[in-house]
Amino acid sequence: MADISLSRAVRWSALKRWDSAVGALLIVVLLFSFGFVDGFGNGLNLSFLIGNTLPIALIALPMTLLVVSGEIDLSVASTAGLSGAVMGALWNQGMAIETIIPICLLLGVVCGLVNGLLVTRLGLPSLAVTIGTLAAYRGIAQIVLGSDAVTDFPTQYLDFAAGRIGDTFIPYAFLPFLVLLAIAVVALHATPFGRSLFAIGASEEAARFAGIRVKRQKLLLFTVTGLMASLTGIFWALHYASARYDNATGLELSVVAAVLLGGIDFDGGKGTLGGAIAGVFLLGALQNVMSLQDVSAQSQIVVTGVLLVLSVLGPRVARQIAVLRAQSSG
Amino acid sequence: MRKSTLRRSCAALATATSLALALTACGGTTKKDVANEGGGAATAGKADPNAATKKGLTVGFLPKQVNNPYFTSADKGGEKALAELGSKYKEVGPSSATDTSGQVSYVNTLTQQQVDAMAVSAQDPGALCTALKQAMKNGIKVVTYDSDTTAGCRNAFVSQASAEDLGRTEVQLLAKQIGYKGEIAILSAAQTATNQNTWIDFMKDELKKPEYKNMKLVKTAYGNDDAQQSFQQTQGLLQEYPNLKGIISPTTVGIKAAAQYLSGSKYKGKVKLTGLGTPNDMRKYVKNGTVEAFELWDPAKLGELAARTAVALSSGQITGKEGETFKAGSMGEYTIGKDGVISLGKPTVFDAKNIDQFNF
Amino acid sequence: MTVVTPQEAPVADVPKSSGTRLVDRVFKMRELAILVVFLVMIAVTQAGNSQFLSEQGIKDLLLNATILVLVATGQSLVVITRNVDLSVGSTLGISAFAAGTYLQGGGNAVVAIALAVLLGIGFGLLNGLLVSLGQVPALVVTLGTLYIIRGVDSIWVGSSQITAADLPGGFVDFGSGGISAVPYLALIALAVLVATAYYLKHFASGRELYALGSNPEAARLAGIPVRKRILAAYTFCGALAGLAGAMYLARFGNVDSGTGNGYELTVVSAVVVGGVVFTGGSGSVYGAALGALLLTSVNSVLPALGVSSVWVLAINGILLILAIAVDRIVALRVASALKKRNARHG
Repeated sequence: MADISLSRAVRWSALKRWDSAVGALLIVVLLFSFGFVDGFGNGLNLSFLIGNTLPIALIALPMTLLVVSGEIDLSVASTAGLSGAVMGALWNQGMAIETIIPICLLLGVVCGLVNGLLVTRLGLPSLAVTIGTLAAYRGIAQIVLGSDAVTDFPTQYLDFAAGRIGDTFIPYAFLPFLVLLAIAVVALHATPFGRSLFAIGASEEAARFAGIRVKRQKLLLFTVTGLMASLTGIFWALHYASARYDNATGLELSVVAAVLLGGIDFDGGKGTLGGAIAGVFLLGALQNVMSLQDVSAQSQIVVTGVLLVLSVLGPRVARQIAVLRAQSSG
Repeated sequence: MRKSTLRRSCAALATATSLALALTACGGTTKKDVANEGGGAATAGKADPNAATKKGLTVGFLPKQVNNPYFTSADKGGEKALAELGSKYKEVGPSSATDTSGQVSYVNTLTQQQVDAMAVSAQDPGALCTALKQAMKNGIKVVTYDSDTTAGCRNAFVSQASAEDLGRTEVQLLAKQIGYKGEIAILSAAQTATNQNTWIDFMKDELKKPEYKNMKLVKTAYGNDDAQQSFQQTQGLLQEYPNLKGIISPTTVGIKAAAQYLSGSKYKGKVKLTGLGTPNDMRKYVKNGTVEAFELWDPAKLGELAARTAVALSSGQITGKEGETFKAGSMGEYTIGKDGVISLGKPTVFDAKNIDQFNF
Repeated sequence: MTVVTPQEAPVADVPKSSGTRLVDRVFKMRELAILVVFLVMIAVTQAGNSQFLSEQGIKDLLLNATILVLVATGQSLVVITRNVDLSVGSTLGISAFAAGTYLQGGGNAVVAIALAVLLGIGFGLLNGLLVSLGQVPALVVTLGTLYIIRGVDSIWVGSSQITAADLPGGFVDFGSGGISAVPYLALIALAVLVATAYYLKHFASGRELYALGSNPEAARLAGIPVRKRILAAYTFCGALAGLAGAMYLARFGNVDSGTGNGYELTVVSAVVVGGVVFTGGSGSVYGAALGALLLTSVNSVLPALGVSSVWVLAINGILLILAIAVDRIVALRVASALKKRNARHG
């Protein structure tokens, strides 16, 4: 027994250390860039950085919750693309944007619901299901919008999605994101719901015996993920003033990479939203800085990969060191 | 528990839908309400054709994709011209041709690095607009080349040959090879590719002329500029239309894949293939009889003209208005057309006789 | 994550013969089902387009499937051990370029293929070491190596490319040639496939892959060298991805820095459609190969029937979901049938 509690304590601390390590790394990168990188520290560049990272950050919120509960959703980018495509198609039909947006959000809910039902009702692995819907949703987007690129959305919406507040570094869209972030943090770290997700992720069986309605919670999570993905799709189309069926292609890998970098354990049951968001902005900031420093796109890919491998090896090594230390001191 | 969840989600759906409908009833912003913002190219100030050519400028090239041989030779042309003009060249860009957000952030990067001008080949006509306008606001001259954005988002567009010329000449090339008779098909890149779609429209228009009354365009297939998909689309075309006489592939990846398939199949020499390809890619297929003739502009020249246009804009010799003229070094004099478009000239046709004179 | 799935225990110690035979039959059925779907699809297409099954048509079908079959064979070994390798597309790309570069300099075709396979083995070893020694989730690690290998590939390749003109004529002809309608490349893939299937069925180390996939903890306790087996599976998967790279070069005669980009999802789809279960421990390489054949044929069938290519992606996705959903439902039925049968015997 003592052994188990020891190892658990060690794990916990190593994990804590990992997401604070990512946070610290983010701060170091930011400080370094402010000091030494030309063109980084001004409001415009920072607003670009935040604006371009927002889509990843938006999806990372529900994705963190999903991964904590031991599931994953790879169809998010396709859901986003589908929402954008439907938005473009309806807009071309002459429908009002105020009607289109709720419809697209609803569509996201449906997409998420389909994933959730397949996973919870049939008991299918979420990885396989969402690889399937990844192709299916993107395919439907292609059927819906075809070769069109819709760009003529109303200016006030485009300005909201792409503009920033005065001359500050804060894009308008950052404020709603902060609200969503706050909601997600509270939900995960300060409610019984959040605790139940950790329990499900750690051991679904045990959670079920403890009276947690596992399936319902998971269904809810997948639905919310679909909703957030379609919100991201709408934001994407407005931010880049372009609705195409291939919008946000490959975004799922960026989200997963960022979330995992932030110390969310892929086996479920562990992680903090702070870590995930730090991971998202660390990748975003690194990319921005590397581009400003004329690091080629190819080298940036390598850096992303190395970070990812380190992010899974890092906590493990840290834990082993902690175990060794605990043994030598005890 | 299942029932209650379902009931609850149904209720949510109903609420949201009725909300949406209510909003529609009250009206809202629709496509009709959005005024057409198109208009001419962004211009500012007055041109002084006799202004001195500035030296020591930095021009950033932002192709659709780095590592793409076509863009590399275009950008090399730009580099050479800039060296001649005493200015600095740099190239940045995404590693994938469909990474629009990546391209946007590279526009921002160039803006932050305060280059004097940028030459951009846009992955998407709309997506780069906000960022490019931001760049122009910061005094950076923007030239698009190869693939344009909406006219208001750049100062000038250097076109590789007019879209009309390209579309029509490809049909003419193929018509000659098949004797103005039979079924033909098009193998394009992505469905969303702006260039290809414009060219295809002109091809269809050309086909309406009476001399092509015996030719029929049966299908446009999309190979997404991927070798394998273009391959399979070619196979599909040949199976679906056994009487197919010719294929036009207005993309360098597509024509290469189609040629590789044809040269290894029984259709070699029987089904004619033409379109846009680079001589180095196509040399083998021209020599082995798979392809008779195809066309392309010289990408290096395109890059060179883009660089020279960028420098002329920065020096104030032109602003991007229709009718302005400028000297592009050894390339001669160019006149800016409608919407700030500068056309490189007619494409070159390559066949067995002349292909060995070209190396790109 | 070490929770033992409750259904497994009762199956193990009841009269084995009838139970396992039923399970066996179901798996055979699984492959048969894909085969039937495939044949029906081909028949319908042939009825709609008589050109479809011409000699050239059959050759094209087989050639299209060849490369995916190879990679899917390797991948299914990894998936059977309850892991995954997402870096196969990048490995394929870089080995194709390596072989091409060597051939460009006037090298020998056999050496070029060996070079591609060796490079694949190298990357497979890297993945295998990270997964088995680091004991970290395979999905994350191979996502990382996907980026790393692709990045290295793009830096190395730059904007250069290998075109058919750079390659020896014999090599390219080999890529599209064959014995009447059967291409040489398909024969190679078939040989690899049969050998792998034989190994999995008749060698202890092959069967141990299933054991450690269905329950790693139990496999370890039973004395199976888990790390070694996982390492071997990854190495084999890498080797086949390398071989597939060489074949890609012969078939398409064209390699640049984007070759194989995004291939991992196609491969995983083929494997899953073919009945290799993501949670490890079951499925066969024949199934995976049939899955690959089915998926690539959809790409040929739709254009041949004149259906717009925009439908391909959606159909692939729906096929995948259908396959796993049907699998699951059948598995549940079988489990309940077994329970009934056991109750009767007990």
